[in-house]
Amino acid sequence: MSVVQPVLSVRDLRVEFVTRRGALKAIDGISFDIAKGEVLGVVGESGAGKSVTGSAVIGLIDPPGRIAGGEILLSGMRIDNLPPEEMRRIRGKRIGMIFQDPLTSLNPLYRVSEQLVETIRTHTNLSSSAARKRAIDLLADVGIPAPERRIDSYPHEFSGGMRQRVVIALALCVEPELIIADEPTTALDVSVQAQIIALLKRLGREHGTAIMLVTHDMGVIAETADRVAVMYAGRIAEIGPVRDVVQNPLHPYAKGLMGAIPSLESAADRLVQIPGSMPRLSAIPPGCPFNPRCPYVFDRCRVERPEPIQQSEHRVACHLYDQSSVRSEAVA
Amino acid sequence: MLAFTIRRALQAIGVLLAVGIIAFAMFRFAGDPVNQIVSLDTPAAEREQVRRSLGLDDPVPVQFVRYLAQSIQGDFGVSYQFRQPVSDLLAERMPATLELAICATIFSTVFGVLMGVYSGLRRDSFLTKVFQTVSLVGISLPTFLIGILLIYLFAVTLGWLPSYGRGDTVQIGWWSTGLLTVSGLKALIMPSITLGLFQMTLIMRIVRAEMMEVLRTDYIKFARARGLTTRAIHFGHALKNTLVPVITIVGLQFGSVIAFAIITETVFQWPGMGLLFVQAVQNVDIPIMAAYLMLVALIFVAINLAVDILYTVVDPRLRTTIRQPT
Ligand SMILES: Nc1ncnc2c1ncn2[C@@H]1O[C@H](COP(=O)(O)OP(=O)(O)O)[C@@H](O)[C@H]1O
Ligand code: SF4
Ligand SMILES: [Mg+2]
Repeated sequence: MSVVQPVLSVRDLRVEFVTRRGALKAIDGISFDIAKGEVLGVVGESGAGKSVTGSAVIGLIDPPGRIAGGEILLSGMRIDNLPPEEMRRIRGKRIGMIFQDPLTSLNPLYRVSEQLVETIRTHTNLSSSAARKRAIDLLADVGIPAPERRIDSYPHEFSGGMRQRVVIALALCVEPELIIADEPTTALDVSVQAQIIALLKRLGREHGTAIMLVTHDMGVIAETADRVAVMYAGRIAEIGPVRDVVQNPLHPYAKGLMGAIPSLESAADRLVQIPGSMPRLSAIPPGCPFNPRCPYVFDRCRVERPEPIQQSEHRVACHLYDQSSVRSEAVA
Repeated sequence: MLAFTIRRALQAIGVLLAVGIIAFAMFRFAGDPVNQIVSLDTPAAEREQVRRSLGLDDPVPVQFVRYLAQSIQGDFGVSYQFRQPVSDLLAERMPATLELAICATIFSTVFGVLMGVYSGLRRDSFLTKVFQTVSLVGISLPTFLIGILLIYLFAVTLGWLPSYGRGDTVQIGWWSTGLLTVSGLKALIMPSITLGLFQMTLIMRIVRAEMMEVLRTDYIKFARARGLTTRAIHFGHALKNTLVPVITIVGLQFGSVIAFAIITETVFQWPGMGLLFVQAVQNVDIPIMAAYLMLVALIFVAINLAVDILYTVVDPRLRTTIRQPT
C-alpha cells in the first residue's frame, strides 16, 4: 500500500474558525490517506468536522475559517498552500465535490447543458460542440434517460434523484482523481438513495477515482466503503478497514456507533444515539474530547490527549490501547 | 399562464376603473364646470344651455360612462386655462417627461447595479463606505433640496449646466426630443440625477443585499467547487440571480419616477406633464388634472403587466406552467 502514492494524503490537518472569542479548533490534527480507486467512508455526529474536512481539501473553507496547520497532498503535490487561482484550476478538474442537496446545488436560471458545458470548457479547451457532446455522454453515463433531449432542460424540470445525477455528472465531467461526496443522499428519497450510491461506486470503480464519502448511513458505509474514519470533535477517533471497524470497533465512541447495527445488510440503520452530546467547539474538554460521555473513562483521559495508535489494521485514538496505560489490560 | 395573464389584465382594468371614478368625481366635486367656462355675468339661460351641451344634466352614471368612453378614445375634454384639448396639451408635454423619466431610470439602474454589485462583493472596502454614505443622502434628502443643491453647484457656482428648461429640442413627428442637441443633453443631466437618485439608492441597496444573499447559496458554493472563475461566478451566476428583484424595482418604480417628476420638473422648470399638472392644480384646471391622473395610472398598470412578463423571461421556473414537463 505505502509503495503506491495515495491520491489524497492529509497530514495533521488543523482548521480554525477565528471568532471574537478566539480561535475555535474545528479540525484538530487529523491524518488519513485515500488510495486510487478507494472509497473512504467518513462518519460521525453532526458537527464532528466532516464537512469542514472536505472543504479544507478542496480549498473552500467558509470565512472566518482557515487552515491553521498540517498539509494536504494531492497525488503527492501539496495543495493547501497554493495561490487561489491555481487552487481554482484544481477544483472541478482534479477534485470533484458533491454536496448534500441536489435541489439547491444547481443554478436555477441556467439549463443543465449550459452548466455542464461551462464546467467542461473551464477546464479543457474543447469547442462548445465537443463539450456538449461530452456532456450528453456524461448524462447517459450517470443514467439520465434520453440525454440528448433532457440536456436542455432547466434543473427544476428534473426530480430530486435525477438532479443529483446531474450534480454527479457535473462533479465528474473532467474526470477528477478525487471525489468528495458530502452526504450525497441525505436530502433524497430513501428509494433513490441506494441507486445514487451504487452509481457513485460504479463510476469510481470505472475511472479509478478515489472517493471520500461522508454519510450518516452506516449501511451505506458497510456496503460501499473500503475503509472508514470515525470522527469526533474535530479528530479521527478510529480509522481502519470497513469490516474491522464495523464488526470489531475499538474506540469506545465507535463501539457506541456500531453497537446497534443488527447486521451489515440492513441499509437503513442510522447512527445510534450515544448518551450525551458532542461538545461545542468552545467547550471541548481537555484530554480526550469524548471523556464526558465515555463509559471507560479513567483519570488519564481527562488530562492527556490520546494520540492515534496503530492496532493491527486500525488506528485508534484512545488511551485504552496505549501499552503504557495502566488500565489497558482491564478491557478486552 | 393564460389564466394568470387574464387575472392580471382584469386587475388592471379594475384599477383603471377606480382611477376613472376618482377622476370623474373631481369634476363633480371641485366646483361647477360651467363656472369655469362662462363668465360671471352670463345669463342663467345661457348657462343652462352650456350645461346641456356638456351633457351635465344627464344622470350621473350616464355621464360617467360617457366620460370613460371619451377618455378611452383619448378625448379628455378642453383645458379651462388654455382652451385647448387636454389630449393635445399632454401629447405636447409627454416627450419631455418620458425622456426625463427614462434617462433617470437608466442612470439609476446603471449606477445602482454597479454600486450594488461592487459593495456586495467588497463589503469592507473604502469605496463601499462612500457608496453607502451617498445612498444615505439619496434616501434622506428631499428631491427638491437635491435639485436646488445641484443647481447651486453646477449652474450658479460653476456655470457648467443650465439651471432650467430643456435646451434646444428637435421635432420628430409629434415627438420633440432633447436627446439630439448638446444643449438638450446638458439640460437633461441634473434633472435626471435629481429624479433618479432615490431609485439609484434603492437599487444599490437591493442589489447589494441580493448579491450577498446569493453568494451564500449552495449553487454558488457548488459553482466554486466546480472551479469556475470568480468572474463567471460573480457576474454569470450571482448577478443573474439578483436580476428578478432589480427588474421589479426598476419596473414598478418607473411609474413613481413619472409621478415624482412633478417635483423635479417644478424645480428645473422642465416643460413636461408634471409641470403642466402643477400649473393645472394652481388654476383648478380639472380636465388636465383628471387626465394626468388617468394617464399616470395607465402607465403604472401597463408597467406592472410588463414586469410580470419580464419575470418569466429571466426565471425559467415561472415558465413551468406553460411548458409540458418531460
Ligand atoms: N462558517 C463557520 N463558522 C464557524 N464555525 C463553523 C463554520 N462552519 C463549520 N463550523 C464549525 O465547525 C464544526 C464542524 O462542522 P462540520 O464540518 O460542518 O460538521 P459535520 O461533521 O456535521 O459536517 C462545527 O462545530 C461547526 O460549528
Ligand atoms: S481516551 Fe479515555 S475517554 Fe477517550 S475514548 Fe478512550 S477511554 Fe474513553
Ligand atoms: Mg456536514
